[in-house]
Amino acid sequence: MTLPAPAIAIRRLSKSYGRTEVLHGIDLEIARGATTCLIGPSGSGKSTLLRCIAFLEEATSGTILIDGQPLGFEEQAAGRRVRLPPQRIRKVRSGIGMVFQQFNLWPHMTALGNVTEALVTVKGLSRQEADARGMAQLRRVGLEARARHYPSELSGGQQQRVAIARALALEPEILLFDEPTASLDPELTGEVLNVMRDLGGEGMTMVVVTHEIGFAATVGQRIVFLDHGRVLLNGTPAELFAAPRHPRLTQFLETYLDRGAAMLLKPA
Amino acid sequence: MTVRLFELMLKAAGYTVVISVASIAIGLLIGILVCAAKLSPRPWLRWPASLFVSFFRGVPLLVQLLLIYNLLPAIGIAVPSVVAALIGLSLCTAAYQAENLRGGFLSVPRGLLEAADMAGLSPWQHFRRIRAPIALRLTVPALVNEAILILKASSLISVVGVIELTRTAQNLAASTYEPLLFYSVAGGLYLAINWVVAAGGSLAERALRRGRLA
Repeated sequence: MTLPAPAIAIRRLSKSYGRTEVLHGIDLEIARGATTCLIGPSGSGKSTLLRCIAFLEEATSGTILIDGQPLGFEEQAAGRRVRLPPQRIRKVRSGIGMVFQQFNLWPHMTALGNVTEALVTVKGLSRQEADARGMAQLRRVGLEARARHYPSELSGGQQQRVAIARALALEPEILLFDEPTASLDPELTGEVLNVMRDLGGEGMTMVVVTHEIGFAATVGQRIVFLDHGRVLLNGTPAELFAAPRHPRLTQFLETYLDRGAAMLLKPA
Repeated sequence: MTVRLFELMLKAAGYTVVISVASIAIGLLIGILVCAAKLSPRPWLRWPASLFVSFFRGVPLLVQLLLIYNLLPAIGIAVPSVVAALIGLSLCTAAYQAENLRGGFLSVPRGLLEAADMAGLSPWQHFRRIRAPIALRLTVPALVNEAILILKASSLISVVGVIELTRTAQNLAASTYEPLLFYSVAGGLYLAINWVVAAGGSLAERALRRGRLA
């Protein structure tokens, strides 16, 4: 009997910009049905790693398997990497939803329009059916009443929740979050984190790059701590945050006292 | 000035509007093609488009008009002067509109395109549903500006023998010995036309405001 493939398997992944290597041979498996938080100092490569998983960045070497399927490149017998055709990339990528730091809602469409766009153009649903599904997703993030509003008429927190609904509408297996609250005012981060917490509770596979240490410690089932383009630590919050703690992690947490790290550092 | 002469001026203004609108429309179509070619990854499409833009932006419109007017008969194509004028105006504005559009396309934030990629849109859907509508919205103010510039620049086509608003004013000024009157009327008519164009542009911008980049 074989074990089920992990949701995401990353093998010897490296990424360089010109001569600067920012990810050095990352090996990482992301478990199905769990929330994995990628944390680490600025420039540690966590966003780059997430963007590689979404194939928005092409890794310089190494491979990524989504649900056992190679994304972007396939490793061949001789160890050569071959680029896969665009249709195949779209197919594998359809299992992944992405939520961006800048929301990236399409400004010329209403909230509902953003959520239903791919349902109509990609999945070929009728307008009526797409609208019904779109409204259901907006209800899920508590924004049913804002369906006909344009992004410019919504607060940052509302925009991000619409962006989450847009990703959910395509029924992805995996949701990726790239610092989803980093461009929000502090009083608006809560509403976004709550939606994410609910999704985690429903068993959605999520990978979250975040500076919200409190969120990572309470909602994350796995914490991956990146430092200088390497996975330095990978474990449950209990394993990572309990003493004796890795000195690099302690040093990192001390700079995030205001993001919920204080409770992790206070003496027991 | 008699009513009859004023009617002549109005008719000439109408002619100016028709030629300008036609040039702007034809120029927009050519401009879209040139812009697409300039944004193409294929060098054999890119460099002729760049050449087109640098020629029609770099040579004065007056010289272009005289060139086209004299070149076409020289290579055996006899065209009425109004056609030569239309070709000149259209090609000139096409070069500017291509660059305006290109600016619009390049200003579409990358994240919006990445979101479309993640939603699984094919390259054509991506272009038609996301890139082009956003780029066009970003280009509207520049398009209105260009329309006004062409309306005014259309006074130059009188050099190839088209009797438009400016030339009509000149003719009437010469025959009535009242240059001040006729040039004032001509100026007023240009101003009125451009006021309408600008107002239309504001309306369009207001209609698109809800969908602007946040």
